[in-house]
Amino acid sequence: MAEYWYIAEGFEERIKDFQSRKTEAEVNLDFEIPEKDFNAAGKGSSELKDLLKRLGVNSEILRRIAVASYEAEINVAAHSKGGVMYSAVYDDLIHIRFQDDGPGIEDIDQAMVPGFSTADDLVRELGFGAGLGLPNIKKNSDAMHIVSAKGSPTLLELFIYIS
Amino acid sequence: MKLSQYLAAIDGKNHTPALDPESIEISGAYVSDMLSDVMGSAKPNQAWITIMKHLNVIAVASMTGVPAIILAKGNQPDSAVCDKALEEGICLISSPYDTFTLAGILYKMLNS
Repeated sequence: MAEYWYIAEGFEERIKDFQSRKTEAEVNLDFEIPEKDFNAAGKGSSELKDLLKRLGVNSEILRRIAVASYEAEINVAAHSKGGVMYSAVYDDLIHIRFQDDGPGIEDIDQAMVPGFSTADDLVRELGFGAGLGLPNIKKNSDAMHIVSAKGSPTLLELFIYIS
Repeated sequence: MKLSQYLAAIDGKNHTPALDPESIEISGAYVSDMLSDVMGSAKPNQAWITIMKHLNVIAVASMTGVPAIILAKGNQPDSAVCDKALEEGICLISSPYDTFTLAGILYKMLNS
């Protein structure tokens, strides 16, 4: 399996701390993302956004979380056989995992290049498939982690700190 | 600038009449039909001018914080899209003008 990590400058220690953390998330939200269902994709992001808004998360941070998670949901619907979005809300950060059922990313570095896309015609007709999904997720996240390989499931994790 | 002023200048029709364009402020617009481009570059308080009119457009506007969508070239949204826009609090407007003209009119209004 190939692995990709992006950690924004200044967040290295916080990500390391998170990984040795024992505390449970304050809220967990799980959503199924069916293959090629572009109306279901987005429900998870929308509910997460509403929850965080009620919790009083700053609007600019809220926007970053909403954009990154929506892009990731669309990716799962567009490119995989379906998957699940697992959101975990902590007092200092939002951790979201997207686990799908494959078929995996052949070359993660290439997938990260703005403009590179393997989207089909249906996805492109909707106005997605510009090859900007993963770069947008990276741009809006404090850290991003991908584990995948051709023929395997993909795991995408993103971390956005709210305080 | 108030969205209502722009609405009048583009012969716009408001498909979310429960939302008052008088109370929505816009600072500019972003013009694109690629949804990820909008999510990557549009800013809150900008109107979004596009010819796309399916449900995901409303989700993109909501995630991005765009307060109004202007559908160009007389594109009419179906009722499910209008309902979703209202639910998300996004003012959905259609205008007979094309995107170039819509952007040009707004640019002129903001810079005069």
